Amino acid sequence: MKQTTKKKTKKLKRYIPLYFMLIPGTIYLIINNYIPMAGLVLAFKKFNYQDGMWKSPWNGLKNFKFLFTGNDAMIIIRNTIGYNLVFIVFGTALAITVAILLNAVMSQRAKKAYQTLILIPYLISIVIVSYIGFAFMSQESGFLNKSVFTENPIQWYATPKLWPFILIFIHLWKNFGYNSIIYYATIIGIDPTLFEAAEIDGASKWQQILHITLPSLKTTIITLTLLSIGRIFYSDFGLFYQVPMNSGLLLDVTNTIDTYVYRALLTMNDVGRSSAAGFLQSILGFIIVWLTNQLVKKVDKDNALF
Amino acid sequence: MLKKKKFKSESVIVHLVLIVLCVICIVPFLLVFMSSITEEKTLLMNGYSFFPEAYSLYSYTYIFTGNGSTILHGYFVSFFITIVGTAASIVMTLLFAYPLSRKDLPARNIFAFFVFFTMLFRGGLVPSYMMWTQIFSIKNSYAALIIPNLLMNAFYIIMMRTYFSSTIPVELIEAAQIDGGTEGKILWKVIAPLSKPMIATLGFMTALGYWNDWMNGLYYVTKDSFYSIQNILNRMLMDIQYLTSAAATQMGNAAELAASLPSTGIRMSVAVVGLIPILVIYPFFQKYLIKGIMIGGVKG
Repeated sequence: MKQTTKKKTKKLKRYIPLYFMLIPGTIYLIINNYIPMAGLVLAFKKFNYQDGMWKSPWNGLKNFKFLFTGNDAMIIIRNTIGYNLVFIVFGTALAITVAILLNAVMSQRAKKAYQTLILIPYLISIVIVSYIGFAFMSQESGFLNKSVFTENPIQWYATPKLWPFILIFIHLWKNFGYNSIIYYATIIGIDPTLFEAAEIDGASKWQQILHITLPSLKTTIITLTLLSIGRIFYSDFGLFYQVPMNSGLLLDVTNTIDTYVYRALLTMNDVGRSSAAGFLQSILGFIIVWLTNQLVKKVDKDNALF
Repeated sequence: MLKKKKFKSESVIVHLVLIVLCVICIVPFLLVFMSSITEEKTLLMNGYSFFPEAYSLYSYTYIFTGNGSTILHGYFVSFFITIVGTAASIVMTLLFAYPLSRKDLPARNIFAFFVFFTMLFRGGLVPSYMMWTQIFSIKNSYAALIIPNLLMNAFYIIMMRTYFSSTIPVELIEAAQIDGGTEGKILWKVIAPLSKPMIATLGFMTALGYWNDWMNGLYYVTKDSFYSIQNILNRMLMDIQYLTSAAATQMGNAAELAASLPSTGIRMSVAVVGLIPILVIYPFFQKYLIKGIMIGGVKG
């Protein structure tokens, strides 16, 4: 008995250096990720800077009541979910199309060139994207007003009805390359004998895509879609804040949960409302990630997140 | 013969569509670049254009000589945080991923879940902001640009761990242990050199994250001396926006701000300057990036 415990402690001793290696990361994650989780209690507090995060007095559900007076809450939830759904549908369709096209390219050099070029928009910061947008859409000097719509220039940053299209276009432009490569990776993993057999049976390229490629992509499509649904309460802050140049006239179609939380916190200093909106985002986000993961598990165990 | 011809027309369409897509990806950058080398008066008259009537490199000389020193300083800040941040991040990721990859480590699953959970549940901006500013007083420091959110990425840890456990044979680690190697030495001398492709992939993605980050600067920095190039770009854009709204409402200091604002052409050349390092480095890391997306993309 004594011998085995001794053996055990000796065995455990061997692992001490490994546990030491885990220390920096553990500390970082506790600070960067876990303390803010606990900080979500702020949503139920009447925050003041003197008492700080933990000692400010409780406020019941008042912050939420404030959040839901007026239209803001409805608009930001509608925009966040709405844009994400459109991004998912169009993004997936575009990415699959490009992946299939890439796979049809025979020349390795051309293939590599296409892959390299379509990834470039993915590499740049959203701030630079805003400059590109500005170069096209600026009121006084934009390319569109100066060279295309010279007769009746458009006030791009003051016309809300255009922005759903602009934002969708920019999102797709920036991200389709990345997603195409994910789907392309799945396509090149398909057993080539399937295509050879189909060829012998006289199937056209189109039939091969319909009956071999798309069915093989099914799990990837489902997994990626479910994972995107898991992030449906989150939005690309820069896309909705920076690209429309923080224009107040566009808020109806550009305000999402993330931009709302930022503005409420840092420009209006309204900790109550911003923490309430943030709380809803975190909790709803968690619930939906959990639900989608249960679904992923059913579809394809290997791709489940946890 | 006929079949071959049909095949050819098909592949022409494939190339055509892909070329159009590539052009759509590239052309916007061309507009920004051409605008940055357009002469200022032409710019005011004709706006941003792909084929300007007169060229000038004035805006670049402005940036790289005395007058544009804030921009140069921002460039320095960006390089500094990218290099320090990426190095620190890689070290921390290696240190965390290696023990997690050791199947014999007791309580390994607890640590794995500890990492996973951060991907599922987030505290969000408000508590994070309060913590970093109230408890750690991080405002206006290099730490504010390096530490929050960017230093460790749960997803990269998992990718690295998976790479270790799937490509490095256990026997190799055992052999190193028998030779008397400490765990630190094994990680540094055996594991890390064998994982160069993965380190290159994650290093590039982390560096990209640092170079492109403007949110930490937006939240935690108010002093010019800690503005990265992205934050300078961001502020210039916000000033333009403020100016248009101020001009619309006839506010007093609009003219003063307008005078201090970089001219139309300089804006675009700062954007080009912010872009160039990525475009220069990208070709060297392109294959790692594509590989990284292919390996990890589904969960990314």
